[in-house]
Amino acid sequence: MPTTDEIKRRIEAAVPQSSAEVEDWTGGGDHFRATVVSPTFDGLSRIQQHQLVYAVFGAEIGGPIHALSLTTRVPEQA
Amino acid sequence: MSSDTNPIRDAIAEAIRDNKTILFMKGTPEQPACGFSARTVAALQALDAPFAAVDILPDPRIRQELSALSNWPTIPQLFHEGELVGGADIVAEMSGSGELADTLGLAQAESAPAPEADAGPAPLGIENRLT
Repeated sequence: MPTTDEIKRRIEAAVPQSSAEVEDWTGGGDHFRATVVSPTFDGLSRIQQHQLVYAVFGAEIGGPIHALSLTTRVPEQA
Repeated sequence: MSSDTNPIRDAIAEAIRDNKTILFMKGTPEQPACGFSARTVAALQALDAPFAAVDILPDPRIRQELSALSNWPTIPQLFHEGELVGGADIVAEMSGSGELADTLGLAQAESAPAPEADAGPAPLGIENRLT
């Protein structure tokens, strides 16, 4: 069963310059919610941004990861 | 079995093509079988958006083929004019911002300005209703 830390690490390793916050939505270890911030998302549609993150997990989504709810953002300009 | 014969995928592609707005979901709009599907149906119904719905639960191959086709792993999936609009998160986000009504080509009840009197008799010119 994946942990929030593991999901966070995998997203941050796969999506360039990203930072992810992951929480276990239900406490059951299979419904997760993640907020991912990365400059890579700039210029991509929301669909493409989410696809980038979903691609990290492939067939695990729908399997061991029953649901991964996503919010994606480009970092705010400082 | 020939590998280029895939009746389920063909049927899904056809449904997406033939229905202006179509939601693939768990359960039915009347009886959603999952909270994500229920929320997405509610967002569409709040706009009075006409949509076709497909329950993916009866056959696991529907979900498998749909996700292969759309490159989107989760259910629900909303399509409009052949394009994937999003899953539950994106639809919720768009619904909150008013973007969903725009994307679906629906007039937006709260922000649409009322036609002004100087427009002359009954403003029948614009029909945004889907049939």
